[in-house]
Amino acid sequence: MAEAIALLEVHDVTKSFGAVAAVQGVSFPLYSGEAHALVGENGAGKSTIVKMLAGVHRPDTGTLRVNGADVDFAGPADAKAAGIAVIYQEPTLFPDLSVAENIAMGNQPLTRLRQIDRKAMHANADRLFARLGVHIDPTRPARGLSIADQQLVEIAKALNLPAAENPRNNQMTSEARVLIMDEPTAALSGVEVERLFAVVRSLRDEGAAILFISHRFEEITELCERVTIMRDGKHVATELVADLTVDDMIRRMVGRDLSALFPKQDVTPGEVMLSVENLSREGIFRDISFEVRAGEIVALAGLVGAGRSEVMQAVFGVDPYDSGAVKIRGKRLKPGNPRAAMAAGMALVPEDRRQQGLIMDLSIERNITLPRARKLARLGLLFGGAEKRAAATWAEKLQTKLGKLSDAVGTLSGGNQQKVVLAKWLATAPQLLIVDEPTRGIDVGTKAEVHRLMSSLAADGLAVVMVSSELPEVLGMADRIVVLREGRVAATLTRAEATEESVMYAAMGQEVAA
Amino acid sequence: MFKKLASWDSIIILLTVLVLIVASVVVDNFGTSRNFTFMVLDLMPIILVALPMTFIIITGEIDLSVASVLGLTSSLMGWLWNHDMAIQTIIPLCIVIGAVAGALNGFLITGLGLPSLAVTIGTLALYRGLAFVVLGDSAVADFPFNFTGWVTGTLGDGSIPNVLIPIIAMAVVFGVILHATPVGRALYAIGANAQAAHFSGIRVARTKLWLYVVSGAVSGLVGVLWTLRYSSARADNGAGLELAVVAAVLLGGVSIFGGKGSLPGVLAGVVLLTALQNALRLEDVSGQALNIVTGALLVLSVLLPNIVTTVRGNWQRRRLRQSAAQ
Amino acid sequence: MTPLALQKPRKPTMNLLKTRELGILLALALLVLYTTINNPRFLSGQSIRDNLLNTAILAVMATGQAIVVITRNIDLSVGSVLGISAWTAATMMSDHQGLPMIVAILVGLAVGAVAGLLNGVLVRYGKVPALVVTLGTLYIYRGITYQWAGGSQVNADKLPAHFLNFANDSLLGIPWLVLIALLVVGGATLVMRNYRVGRELYAMGSSPQAAELAGIKVARNLLGAFVLSGALAGLAGVLFAARFGTVDASAGTGYELNVVAAVVVGGVAVFGGSGTVWGAGLGALLLTVISSALAVLDINQFWQQAIVGALIILAICADRLVAVRIARSLRKRDAHV
Repeated sequence: MAEAIALLEVHDVTKSFGAVAAVQGVSFPLYSGEAHALVGENGAGKSTIVKMLAGVHRPDTGTLRVNGADVDFAGPADAKAAGIAVIYQEPTLFPDLSVAENIAMGNQPLTRLRQIDRKAMHANADRLFARLGVHIDPTRPARGLSIADQQLVEIAKALNLPAAENPRNNQMTSEARVLIMDEPTAALSGVEVERLFAVVRSLRDEGAAILFISHRFEEITELCERVTIMRDGKHVATELVADLTVDDMIRRMVGRDLSALFPKQDVTPGEVMLSVENLSREGIFRDISFEVRAGEIVALAGLVGAGRSEVMQAVFGVDPYDSGAVKIRGKRLKPGNPRAAMAAGMALVPEDRRQQGLIMDLSIERNITLPRARKLARLGLLFGGAEKRAAATWAEKLQTKLGKLSDAVGTLSGGNQQKVVLAKWLATAPQLLIVDEPTRGIDVGTKAEVHRLMSSLAADGLAVVMVSSELPEVLGMADRIVVLREGRVAATLTRAEATEESVMYAAMGQEVAA
Repeated sequence: MFKKLASWDSIIILLTVLVLIVASVVVDNFGTSRNFTFMVLDLMPIILVALPMTFIIITGEIDLSVASVLGLTSSLMGWLWNHDMAIQTIIPLCIVIGAVAGALNGFLITGLGLPSLAVTIGTLALYRGLAFVVLGDSAVADFPFNFTGWVTGTLGDGSIPNVLIPIIAMAVVFGVILHATPVGRALYAIGANAQAAHFSGIRVARTKLWLYVVSGAVSGLVGVLWTLRYSSARADNGAGLELAVVAAVLLGGVSIFGGKGSLPGVLAGVVLLTALQNALRLEDVSGQALNIVTGALLVLSVLLPNIVTTVRGNWQRRRLRQSAAQ
Repeated sequence: MTPLALQKPRKPTMNLLKTRELGILLALALLVLYTTINNPRFLSGQSIRDNLLNTAILAVMATGQAIVVITRNIDLSVGSVLGISAWTAATMMSDHQGLPMIVAILVGLAVGAVAGLLNGVLVRYGKVPALVVTLGTLYIYRGITYQWAGGSQVNADKLPAHFLNFANDSLLGIPWLVLIALLVVGGATLVMRNYRVGRELYAMGSSPQAAELAGIKVARNLLGAFVLSGALAGLAGVLFAARFGTVDASAGTGYELNVVAAVVVGGVAVFGGSGTVWGAGLGALLLTVISSALAVLDINQFWQQAIVGALIILAICADRLVAVRIARSLRKRDAHV
C-alpha cells in the first residue's frame, strides 16, 4: 500500500492564524480504497486540515498533492473540481432553496438551452436518498429540516460531485473520489450512523478515499483502517487502527495517561429542588414529568431530536411552553422568563457553546460576569474592577488556562471555553444546575475535570440535570436517567436498572441489534 | 503597540483634535467665538440623535427614521401652534409623539420580529409623508422669541451657547449608561450575540424596544430644537439628517454589525464631521459638494479599518512565510 | 422504505410563495375597480398608457434592485445613479443633436454600470456592508451631479426631437418604454429562475457562508448584481430624460425609496434568498397605480409618500406572516408528537 501513489497527500503543511500556529508541518497520505481517521483533541488542528483540503484556507507553507501532483486550491470550487467532497461539522445548506437544489448547487443538470433541468435534478436527489435509505422530499425547502435531516442532505450533497459535463449524458453525476467528513455523526441516531457507514464502506470499496474525523472511538475502530493522530497542531503518528487500543490513541492525543471517566460519588438526596409536571409544547414535547432532588444528578437521555434540550430550555425559560408547570422547591416558576429562573436559583449551561453559551467577541471577564452584572453594580454603576475580581475568582477555581481576562473568549480552546461557561453560571451560586452536553467537543483531559466538578457540586448539595448523548457519561454520572423518545418520557431508570441496552431500548422503542 | 494603534476610536479622537487645530490655523474665521457658537448649533441635532443611535447600532440594529420623526414633530409643532396650543404644552407633547413614533418602530422590530433596516426605511417614508400631510409645503414661523432666542443664545455674554449644556448633560448620561452600567453591558452582549444574551437572562426584545422609544423621543426633542433654532416649522426639516448621524456614529468606531464601539469615539466622530463641513463651508465649498464629503467619510469609516486589518494580516503572513523559508 | 414511497404531496410551499404575486394582482384589481367606479376616466386609453409609462422606469430600476436584494444586499444609490445618467444623457444629446437614441441608451447603461461597479467593489473587496456603501454613494453620486450641473437645467427645447419622441413612440401599439421594461423584467425573471447564475444569486442571499463553501463564484456574481443594478438605474436615467424632457441635478432624488418599496412590496424578502423579479415589477405597477389613483380620486397628494411607507411595512409584515406559517406547517409535518 505504501508503494502506491496516494490519491491525496498532505505534505509538510503549516498554517497560522495571526500569532496562533494551527497546523505545523503535518504530513500524511490518503490512499484509494481506505477509510482514514483523523483524531486529536479540540484545537489540535483537525478542522484546519479539513479546510485546507476543502480549498477554504491556503497552506502557509508545504503542499497538497492529488495523485502525486502538487495542487494549489484558490477556493472551494478548485477542491470540488479535484474530486474532494467535504461534509462540515456545521450544516452549510441554503434554507430558502429546495433540498434538490441544495444537493445540485454548482452542477445542476441542464437542458439543451442550458436551463436547469428540474426533473432530472429531483430524480437525482431521489436516487441519492434511496442510496442512503432515507425519505426526504427533494422539493421542500431546506429551512425547517431537523439537524439529522440536514446532515443527511449534506451527505447526499457530498456524494454528488460533478464529473460529466455533457448535459445529455445519462451519467450526469459521479461520486466523490475523496470524501472528508468532519464529525458527521454528531447529530445522527444509531440507525442513521449505521446507514451512513454502509454507504461510506461501499464508496471505499469502489476506490474512494475517506478521511473521517470523530470523537467517538468506537466509530473509528468500526469504520477505519488507519488513523492519524494530531496534537497541538503537530503530527503525532499515522498507524493501523488494529495496532492500537483506544487507550493508546487517547494517550497519544493527550500526551499523558488518564482515567477515562470519573464516576459520581454516592450522595443521600435531599429535598425536591425541581419538579416538572406535564410540560408540553406543541410539536416538540408532550407530558414531560420528572423530579430532581438536591445532591442528585438526573440525566436526560435519548436520541438527538427526542426533545431533551428543548425541554430543559423551556424549564429555564429561554423557550416557551404551552401547558404544564415548572416548580422550584414547590413554588411555580413564571414561564418563558430566564430571569425568574435565575432568581429562583437555576442555571443553564447550554448545548451550543458558540451560539448560546458564550459571546465570542467579548472578553472572558465580561462573559463570566454577564448574568451577574446587576448584582455586581453599586448604585447601578459598575466601577472599580468588581467584574475583574469576580471573574478572576471563578476562572481560577475552575483552573481555566487563559492569557488575560480581557482577551476575547473566542481565543480559548474548546475545553477552556466550556470552563468559562461553567464559571459564568457557577458564579451565580445556583441551587439547580442544568448542563446540556457538558463535554461535547472538549478534550479528554478537560472532560474528566468537568465530570469531577459535577460530582463534587452534587456532593455539596447542588441538584444537577444533565442532558447527554454519550452513554458512558450518562451511565457513569447519573443517579437517575429519564429517557425521552419523540418528545415523550419513554422510561425513568434508576442507576441500578440502567445499562447501555436498557437505555437504548427505551430511547429507540425497539430491541437494539446486538 | 499594534493593539493600541488598532483602536479606531482613539485614532478618530486624535484626528478630530488635529482637524480642529489645523482648521483654526488655516481657515479664516474658523477659530472665532462666533463660529464656535454656530458650530455647536450645527452639531446639536447630529450629536443628540447620535446618542441613542449609538446604542441601537451597538445592539446590531439601525434606525433610519430619525430624521423623519424630527420632521413629523416639527410639522406637528407648527400645526399645534397654529391651532393656538400653548408652547409649554406643545414641547412635551412633541417629545411624547416622537416616543410613540419610536415605539411603533420598536414594536414592529421586537414584537413582530421584522428587520430594523426595512422597518425604518418604511417609517422613514411614512413619518416624512405624515409630516407633509400635517403641514403640506407651508411653514410656520411665529414662535415666541423667548424660546427661539434661548436656543440660539449664549450663556451670559460669552460665546458658550445655551444648548451646549443639555448636549453635555445628555452625552454624559448616555456615556455612563453605556460604559458603566449593567444596561451598557447588556447592549454590547445583545449586539455581539443576541441568542447568548437571551440565554444569560438579558431581556433582548424589551431592551431594544426601549432603545427605539428613546431614539424617537430624542428625535422629537431635536425636532423641537430644530424648529426653534430656525424659527420655522416645516415638513422637510432635517431631511437627510439620518445619513449624517449614521456617518458620525460609524466614523466614531461603532461597528455596523453591532457589539463594538464607544461613546467618546462617537462624540469625536460628530465633532470631526461637523468641523470638516464647517471649515469647508467657510472656504466657500457648496452645500451639495459637502454631501460628497459626508458620503465619502461614511464609506471610509468602515473601509479604512478593514483595509488596515487586511494589510496587517498579509504582512504577518509574509513574515511567517519568510521565517519558515529560512 | 422503498423509494417509490417518496412521492408525497409536493406543492404547499410553492403555493404559499405564489400568493404574494396573486395578492398584488388582486389588490391592483380592487384599486382599479374602486377608482374607475368613482371616475371612469381612470380606465381610458390615455390613463392606462400614462400608468404603464410611469411604471416602466420604476420597474426597470426595481429589477436591478430585486436582484441585489435577493443576494442579501441593498442598493440605495439608484436614485442618484438615475440622476447622474439622466444629466449625462441630456447634456450629451443637447450638445450633439445628431446622435441616435441607441448611443444615449448605451452611455446611460455604461455610466450606471461604472457607478454600480464601484458599489460592488466596495462591498465585496472593501468588506463594507451594502447599506453603508450605497448610503454613502447616494450622496456622493448626487453631489457629483450637482457639482457638474450647478444650478442649470436642460430643457426639452434643447433636446433633439427623436430623443423626446422615443418616450411616446410605439412598436405594434406598445410604447418603447413599456417594451423595454417588459424585456428587462421578463429576461431577469427567466435568468433568476432557470439558469445556474440565477440560482447561485438566490443561494448567496440564502446563506452567504454556505455559498462560499459551495464554491460559488461569489465575487463575480455579486459584482454582476451591483453592476446590473447600476446599469439599469442608468438606463432608467436615459428613459427619464426622454420622457420628461427637463433634466436638472435633482432628477430622481428620493427614487430609491420607491424602488425599495416596489421590491419589498413585490415580495422580495430583505433577508435575501427569496422573491421574484416579476413580483418586484408588479410592486412597481401597484405603487404607480396608487399614486395616479390618488390624483384621480382627488386625495391630497401629500399622502403618497406616507402610503409608500405604510406599504413597505405592510409588505414585510406579510412576509413575516408567511414565513411563520411555513415554519409552522413544516414543523407540524415533521412533528412526531
